[in-house]
Amino acid sequence: MTASARYTETAISLHWLVAFLIFAAFPLGLIMSGLALSPLKLELVSYHKWLGVTVFLVAVARLAWRATHTPPPLPTAMPAWERTAAHGLHHLLYVLLFAIPLSGWLMSSAKGFQTVYFGVLPLPDLIGKDKALGDVLREVHRLLNDGMLGLVVAHVGAALKHHFIDRDDILARMLPFPSRSSRM
Amino acid sequence: MTRLFAALALLVAVSPHAAELSAVQLDKSSIAFVSRQMNVPVEGVFKKFSAQISIDPAKPEAGRARIEIDLNNIDAGSTEANDELKSKNWFNTREFPRASFVSSAVKALGGGRFEAFGKTTLKGKTLESRAPFTLKQEKGVLILDGTFPLKRLAYGIGSGAWSDTSVVADEVLVKFHFVLK
Repeated sequence: MTASARYTETAISLHWLVAFLIFAAFPLGLIMSGLALSPLKLELVSYHKWLGVTVFLVAVARLAWRATHTPPPLPTAMPAWERTAAHGLHHLLYVLLFAIPLSGWLMSSAKGFQTVYFGVLPLPDLIGKDKALGDVLREVHRLLNDGMLGLVVAHVGAALKHHFIDRDDILARMLPFPSRSSRM
Repeated sequence: MTRLFAALALLVAVSPHAAELSAVQLDKSSIAFVSRQMNVPVEGVFKKFSAQISIDPAKPEAGRARIEIDLNNIDAGSTEANDELKSKNWFNTREFPRASFVSSAVKALGGGRFEAFGKTTLKGKTLESRAPFTLKQEKGVLILDGTFPLKRLAYGIGSGAWSDTSVVADEVLVKFHFVLK
């Protein structure tokens, strides 16, 4: 695989950073919402929010990078429907990278708990305290996360299918180390 | 002459202090608090309280106050938190349903600022406390506004696992606003 067939080091780093953050924030969100009020819960909720804000910031960086750098082209042998599906899925993932932290932030404000990034930087409350709205936003946050779970399963499934069944470079070009090219 | 003085003294003693205000407008008054949870300021409200305050704006030093708070009526931001606050670790409202602040000494700090000295009783424990406040007269009412820090752990508020001040800070800001007529 030639260097130009791979994503840039920056794009690869940002991709895996966001993946790592989501793999931490998602289960943390599930665990903390099942807990009764306790010091541990307050801590976990804060960590979850800090992770969410970080996901948002990294998503902004990714979008900026993506807008200024053309990703490597898809293999010519790839059928049109697969291209369309891949583009659609990637777009939706980007939308959720922004929408999920945003819904969490708004939900926090509506529930009367400001988000203070790392316990240091207070984020403004875009909306005031409103219990009914807070409950709606909680549901929105949950549904968006269900959507994210589905999309991530499809994303990972597709990457593995390309790697192990199609045996193309789709996964390798996003891996930190180009494993398949070393075999070629 | 002595009789005149005696009569004057009697007059002074029995005449009501015309300038002293003591009718607290409860619907316009409030007592709120701000705790810090993971460094996030969270506002709460004491929804039910009684307040007997007598203060003469011309002579605030003679002011007196007795505030009683019903600890079973707190809005701490969520139903979960409201229930938690009633538990033994927090206010233990079954045994100690009320908190009180009693003051009979006010010191002028200058610049329209004063400080009420008194005793705060919480969870069966009484400690000396000071509440700085300002006085403002407008449209026939007198407004007392003040904020003071209360160290929750000194009263055993938030014990057990909750005594970890890195999660819930020791200092809770109490904010009061009283309107008197």
